Amino acid sequence: MPLALITSPHQHAAQTTQRVMQHLLLATVPGLVALTWHFGWGTLINVALASITALGCEAAVVVLRRRPVGFYLRDCSALVTAVLLGLALPPLAPWWIPVVGSAFAIVIAKHLYGGLGYNPFNPAMVGYVVLLISFPVEMTRWLAPASILPDGASLPDLQASLQLVFPLLGNTPIDAFTMATPLDTFKHSQGLLVEQVLAENVWFTQGTWSGAGWEWVNLGFLAGGCYLLLQRVFTWHAPVAMLAGLSLMALLNYDAGSSTSGGPLDLHLLSGATMLGAFFIVTDPVTSAVSHLGRLIYGALVGVLIYIIRIWGNYPDAVAFAVLLMNFAAPFIDYYTLPRTYGHEKRGRATKMKD
Amino acid sequence: MRQTWPLPGGIHPPENKSQSLQRPIAQPPLPPCLVLPLNQHIGTPSVPRVCVGETVLKGQVVADAEGMISAALHAPTSGVIKAIETRPIAHPSGGEDVCIVLESDGEERWIELAARPDYADLAPAEVLALIARAGITGMGGAGFPSATKLQPRHAIDTLIINAAECEPYITADDVLMRERAPGISVGIDILAHVLGQPETILIGIEDNKPEAASALRDALDGSRADLVEIPTRYPSGGEKQLIQILTGKEVPSGGLPADIGIVCQNVGTTHAVFEAVCKGTPLISRITTVTGGACAHAGNFEVLIGTPVEHLLQAAGYDQGICQRLIMGGPMMGFTLADTDVPVVKSTNCLLAADAKESPQNNIPQACIRCGLCAEACPANLLPQQLYWYARARDYDKLAAHNLNDCIECGACAYVCPSEIPLVQYYRAAKGEIRVMQQEKIFSDHARIRFEFHKDRMEKAEREKAAKREQRKKAAEVARSTVGNSQPAPDGTTATDEDSDVVRAALARVQANKSSTEAQLRKLERNLEALDTQLNNAQSRLTEIPESDTGPHGKAAAAIEQIRVKRARVAGELEALKNQAPETPTDTGANAEPAGQDQRAVDKAAEAIARAQQRMAEQQSMSPDDKRRHQRERLEKRLVKARQRLAQAQTDGDENLGAYADAVASLEQKLTALQNTETTAEAIASSGTDTGER
Ligand code: SF4
Ligand code: SF4
Repeated sequence: MPLALITSPHQHAAQTTQRVMQHLLLATVPGLVALTWHFGWGTLINVALASITALGCEAAVVVLRRRPVGFYLRDCSALVTAVLLGLALPPLAPWWIPVVGSAFAIVIAKHLYGGLGYNPFNPAMVGYVVLLISFPVEMTRWLAPASILPDGASLPDLQASLQLVFPLLGNTPIDAFTMATPLDTFKHSQGLLVEQVLAENVWFTQGTWSGAGWEWVNLGFLAGGCYLLLQRVFTWHAPVAMLAGLSLMALLNYDAGSSTSGGPLDLHLLSGATMLGAFFIVTDPVTSAVSHLGRLIYGALVGVLIYIIRIWGNYPDAVAFAVLLMNFAAPFIDYYTLPRTYGHEKRGRATKMKD
Repeated sequence: MRQTWPLPGGIHPPENKSQSLQRPIAQPPLPPCLVLPLNQHIGTPSVPRVCVGETVLKGQVVADAEGMISAALHAPTSGVIKAIETRPIAHPSGGEDVCIVLESDGEERWIELAARPDYADLAPAEVLALIARAGITGMGGAGFPSATKLQPRHAIDTLIINAAECEPYITADDVLMRERAPGISVGIDILAHVLGQPETILIGIEDNKPEAASALRDALDGSRADLVEIPTRYPSGGEKQLIQILTGKEVPSGGLPADIGIVCQNVGTTHAVFEAVCKGTPLISRITTVTGGACAHAGNFEVLIGTPVEHLLQAAGYDQGICQRLIMGGPMMGFTLADTDVPVVKSTNCLLAADAKESPQNNIPQACIRCGLCAEACPANLLPQQLYWYARARDYDKLAAHNLNDCIECGACAYVCPSEIPLVQYYRAAKGEIRVMQQEKIFSDHARIRFEFHKDRMEKAEREKAAKREQRKKAAEVARSTVGNSQPAPDGTTATDEDSDVVRAALARVQANKSSTEAQLRKLERNLEALDTQLNNAQSRLTEIPESDTGPHGKAAAAIEQIRVKRARVAGELEALKNQAPETPTDTGANAEPAGQDQRAVDKAAEAIARAQQRMAEQQSMSPDDKRRHQRERLEKRLVKARQRLAQAQTDGDENLGAYADAVASLEQKLTALQNTETTAEAIASSGTDTGER
């Protein structure tokens, strides 16, 4: 029997794409727990609905593309997209919200561009933005965390939650639990000094650093991000740059807490989707820049854009828009941020053509 | 401790070195037949120096180096040359090559060896010759002829001995250092001697070989060489990487270590240099690690070059049944062998017979998720994911901009890639395609340059011709204005204009030649005068130098002799020119070569004059009618030619188009004028006849 001819290297590290994705899923657990703890069953239902839809869509597209289904589903990438989308959606949104978003993310944003690795835009964020633009009411209806509900009131239990999500199962009014998010609240407190807002608003009187509940959700995602950093799933460059860009903008525009202030730093870092964005969205390798320098620039600009849209834009949160805008710019950043190769005096440019 | 610099990127695969470190270096039994490929090194294949049937002794040269980058080949044992033929060789492409096949006689009779333990008293060049004669090539894997590497074009200030041995499984250098450290130490000394004692001598060894390091340290006692332990991290043993780790310098892209004053040699090579110089032993054996799950007795063997792999594997208890891949070299950069009948060559540092556990299943690669793990691992600071992307797209410009050529094919990127993409394979393929394209470009560039050169030459010739025509025309005009009417045609017509033009032009040319001959004569005379003055000066200087002062005196005398020779030549030329131009006895000529040309030109002009005069005479003897007809025919002929030229010029877009058009127009004019005269003449004639008849 002739022996096999195979090119080097003849060894391979244990890491696999599947394992990378599983690490990512695992790392979302603290954030998911925090969300569930503070906002009830809604997020879990979101994640479940989004995941089922995503896997179904992925399988369907792969079949249509005449590829082996098992091979593609095993990489878990569809699951990651779905979970991230589910985490970003408002809890207890009607069932078709996660379903539509997830289907759009997988079919349009991922597979129509060629599937895993070829999509220029982060699928979860595309799904999110499509929903936000199409269904602004459902998408901005956030719940109040359990800790600041009036005495006697509590978040809906599982059965009530399911009824809220699937209105056919029964009818429970949701308005009893909804409430503007801390970022929203702050945005609409114009004319008040920062101090006044912090002293008077229930979000901040009940919270430790900023918005009750939200701060824990963000810390949960931060913890997950640190786990991924330790696992070397990604490098620190993009998330740190994003947080730095956002912080810098927040500090520059704090305006000594006047009534026109953009809000305190901890509010920006620990509310909304900041940490989810920093460690799970900006770090999406497919749609971000590739080199270290490129990732620093990419991350920092996402941070700056988040702040700009939050303060001067029409949307209460801005991670999705900022990320999508920078997805556009990523290939351009790549062209100008090649690392300096061994034996070369300076870094090159990808646009340089040889004559 | 010496400062070291960190290796950017790099990986830490399982070392798997202990398997082959259980036993000391062993000798496999003498193989019955040895196969020596002529091209075991980088460069030109060696040229056989033995014939089939010839008996050779152990260590005898069987093939010579050919050209600058090549290496000699020696008989690893005594025996008979059985064949010189193509045989399968160990090569990534699994190809064949010409090999010398030696049947051993089992007697191991050595040729007489010339040991030079006194190398320190020899000139570096002589030691270098000893190394070249021993056929030593780089033994770390690449196989570059060592003698070539040891005569760099730049001054060398650092000698680096590569003892890193960073690939998993391989322990050949490790055991060599453990068991033969003193030889290595001497080898280092020899290399330093050859390189003119570089300032710094560094030995880079990974810190996973403490025993080897301590053995070498003992042997180095009293030597200038500095043993530096570096962190174990693949590929720290890559030449460029080791240089970076030990010196912080980087070999410029596309350059050699020598460009930054560094020469790097492998420990195995260093030991071979010691053997070659101090014992006179050519490179006929090496230490090879034979290991892997399919070898029951893994270990290191001192193998004769040319030993069939099968023979060596048997010595290590190879079990073909469980061998999944047979790799020559290490698991990171080695290549697989399809067959076990290929020979061990000078650069074979390892044979790895991997069992199922050790060879990754070849999973279908998944999509690149651009995770960047590959970029983190790349020691050359490339972006492997982008290279992969552009290699698949065959975007060669982008590949060049991303410095594909600086990829050392270490495989670190493919090792870490979670999608198990065979990245290095893509890079090799792309590099191959680019090489082919560059070759083609060189060819087409050559062709283009040749074509343009040819076009230029043709145009230049055309321009010169046109200029000559112009000159002739001018000269003719001048001549006409002076001589013009002094030679009226006897019949009173102007029809002979053109013939007389030719005559005048020829006369003018002769005049011009004569004057140029005169100018040359004058130039030669001036030369002669100048040489005379020089000679006088030099002679007076010579008398000032005392004859005892042999150096300067000799020089001055030589200078005088030179002037004399020159003067004689000039005088000769002058004489020749004067003889050739007897009609100008006072104004004199030119040097020999142009004078001949002038002479020829004069002859030609004379001929032209004679021809034209003859034509004139003929015409004069003709009747006016005949003359006119004759003239018309000639004019018509010329017109046809001129029109052809014009048409040609039009299609070619010739710059002299205007001149051609003018020529045609003036010929047409002349022809109509002639026809007019003809009709009048006929009219007169007919009226004459009429009158006559009347
Ligand atoms: S390691 Fe593999 S999957 Fe990751 S970026 Fe590199 S090539 Fe792509
Ligand atoms: S094979 Fe080339 S691209 Fe890959 S790690 Fe090595 S040098 Fe970098």
